[in-house]
Amino acid sequence: MTTEAATKAAGTAPAGGNGRFATGSRLERVLKAGHFAVTGEIGPPQSSKSEKIIEYAELLKGVTDGQNLTDNQTAIVRLCSMAAAVHVKQAGGDPIMQMTARDRNRIAIQADILGAASLGIHNLVCLTGDHQTFGNHPGARNVHDIDSIQMVQMVRAMRDEKKFQCGQEMKSDEPRMFVGAAENPFGDPFEFRVRRLAKKVAAGAEFIQTQCVFDLNRFEQFMKMVRDEGLDEKVYILAGLTPAKSAKALQYMQTVPGMRVPDELIKRVAGAEDQKAEGVKVAVEMIQAFREIKGVKGVHIMAIAWESIVPEIVEKAGLLPRPRVA
Amino acid sequence: MIVAEPKPIAEVAELIKAGRHVLVVGCGECVTVCQAGGEKEVEILASALRIQWKIEGLTGTIDTQTLVRQCEPEYVVELAKKAKNADIILSLGCGVGVQFIAEAYSDKWVVPGLNTTFGGGMVKAGLWEERCGFCGDCVLHLTGGICPIIRCSKSILNGPCGGSQDGHCEINKEISCAWQLIYDRLKALGRLKLLDVVQPPKNWRTARDGGPRKFVKEEAMIE
Amino acid sequence: MSTVTTEEAEAGFVPKIVAFCCYYCAYSAADLAGSMRLQYPPTIRVIEVPCSGKVDSIIILKAFEEGADGVYVAGCLEGDCHFLKGNFRAKRRVAAVKKILDQVGLGGGRLEMYNLSAAMGTRFAEIALEMTRRIEELGPSPIRPETMAARAEAQGEVNQR
Repeated sequence: MTTEAATKAAGTAPAGGNGRFATGSRLERVLKAGHFAVTGEIGPPQSSKSEKIIEYAELLKGVTDGQNLTDNQTAIVRLCSMAAAVHVKQAGGDPIMQMTARDRNRIAIQADILGAASLGIHNLVCLTGDHQTFGNHPGARNVHDIDSIQMVQMVRAMRDEKKFQCGQEMKSDEPRMFVGAAENPFGDPFEFRVRRLAKKVAAGAEFIQTQCVFDLNRFEQFMKMVRDEGLDEKVYILAGLTPAKSAKALQYMQTVPGMRVPDELIKRVAGAEDQKAEGVKVAVEMIQAFREIKGVKGVHIMAIAWESIVPEIVEKAGLLPRPRVA
Repeated sequence: MIVAEPKPIAEVAELIKAGRHVLVVGCGECVTVCQAGGEKEVEILASALRIQWKIEGLTGTIDTQTLVRQCEPEYVVELAKKAKNADIILSLGCGVGVQFIAEAYSDKWVVPGLNTTFGGGMVKAGLWEERCGFCGDCVLHLTGGICPIIRCSKSILNGPCGGSQDGHCEINKEISCAWQLIYDRLKALGRLKLLDVVQPPKNWRTARDGGPRKFVKEEAMIE
Repeated sequence: MSTVTTEEAEAGFVPKIVAFCCYYCAYSAADLAGSMRLQYPPTIRVIEVPCSGKVDSIIILKAFEEGADGVYVAGCLEGDCHFLKGNFRAKRRVAAVKKILDQVGLGGGRLEMYNLSAAMGTRFAEIALEMTRRIEELGPSPIRPETMAARAEAQGEVNQR
């Protein structure tokens, strides 16, 4: 799959909504209809137990347009994102399958995409993946056959050109995935982040979910650079949000590579009588701020270990009921 | 050059303890430069092991010889006389050297005294760092001379990943983010446009993924 | 662990300590100690070297391999080395060999690095005494030639029985 073809393919995914849908994804329909989208996240368990996944799917399906299933997040072995996505689908949700480049080579990735599509999964987020030294199997061989940008390009080619990465044609039933990627507005080099986003768009990314935002100023700077490049017209950007349960939780997040948490925010939550309630307030304010920023087309709420709070936040942010789309 | 580190003495002692005539072999090339298996290190290790054998009441001899390099049969044959009397040969060469010796003296038990780690060079006295990923299809012209295969912990070709912060790799603050280095270098050279190109997936056939490799130069095959 | 022969037990253990002393400082200090008629144990065998940095790790190990009970390297005060950094090299080598001695079971305590100036005759004597006491405490090297010979003989007797 050539770069030119990928760019062409990217160009045919309109950001304004002309009614043409590439996949069966609800998220795609919501975004193309011009609504402010809401997505949630479910972290599968470190066991074969599906009950909690189904429980969260029930909780999130009415208040979000899609639910991400993480893929061995932080390189800790968990129930795989594809199986989790199937559980969510069976519970009536709209799964967004995450896939990292860390654990699978291009053969396995393409096979999994075919499998996911055959199971009715319509959304895919292509990620590089946390390094395995962070997880519980640090001695594992890391794969990284391709990176996240190459993965985006590959999936788009499978869908729009009906071609495998090797160039071989698919006879029929190509996987129709709505393809997304992640971006970290707070990673370094800062000036390069937008160029990298442009690369993801050129490779064919249709939507972007950002790392959770705590530093609104920096995020606004980032979005301005995005708009200056005209990227807000080419890709749907969903700003990431993690509601903080406590000041301690925020302090922990400060230590995670690639995250920026302003000290004032920690002070604010620490100083509150009811830290949880303050955390919810902060989250709602964030969403309101996101809606004011031109180019932000939705919010991606990552409330791992606090999934139950998502309906309250979405409601208080004035985003209920979720729109009906064709 | 190939960089290797000495195995812990306890591990080496275990490998040779059944021997009665041990021959410790050094190499005059890479492992001399990284001070892991050259003549000096061979003598030091042999002396230390002799002291340990004496303390533990083990009888036997620990002899030494250092070759110009172990990865060339022309020099490996020079080991013949001492190897004849040895029952265990402890090679302080890199993994390549150990194997050449084992092949040349296939009736002897040959064990490694080093852990061969990477292809790299000296950054400052006493510090050697990995630089080359041995991928077989060099892309250094795309990155301003910084290898993304091995200096990036995830071998990304369209970097950086989201974990790059303050110029460090997410896995360890002591490791520079290769893509930060690449960005800085290309920026200084006025070639940032190179990074706008979406690099396609790498063909790993030329790397170890394609199986053991070789290099043939016809005009040098005189025999 | 250390084995003491019967003769030694009766005579009281007399350490054999090798002292590598640099010409510019430590050896001069030794001379000065001599002219000052300072008393220090006769356990020290002084070996003059042009610089403590001349003492390579292998030389220290050889001394121990051949049965020395203790070894020390004495060089100039840090910053005053006649060859600028020789004593720093010696310091690092001594530290590395101490580790090796621990790993092979002889014990890094038998080796030390000292720094002194040519004017410090008293210090020289002090070091000699300090090291002697330390080695007396640690006991004779388990691989002294006499000990090794006695062990071999005993083994021979066992084999004959």
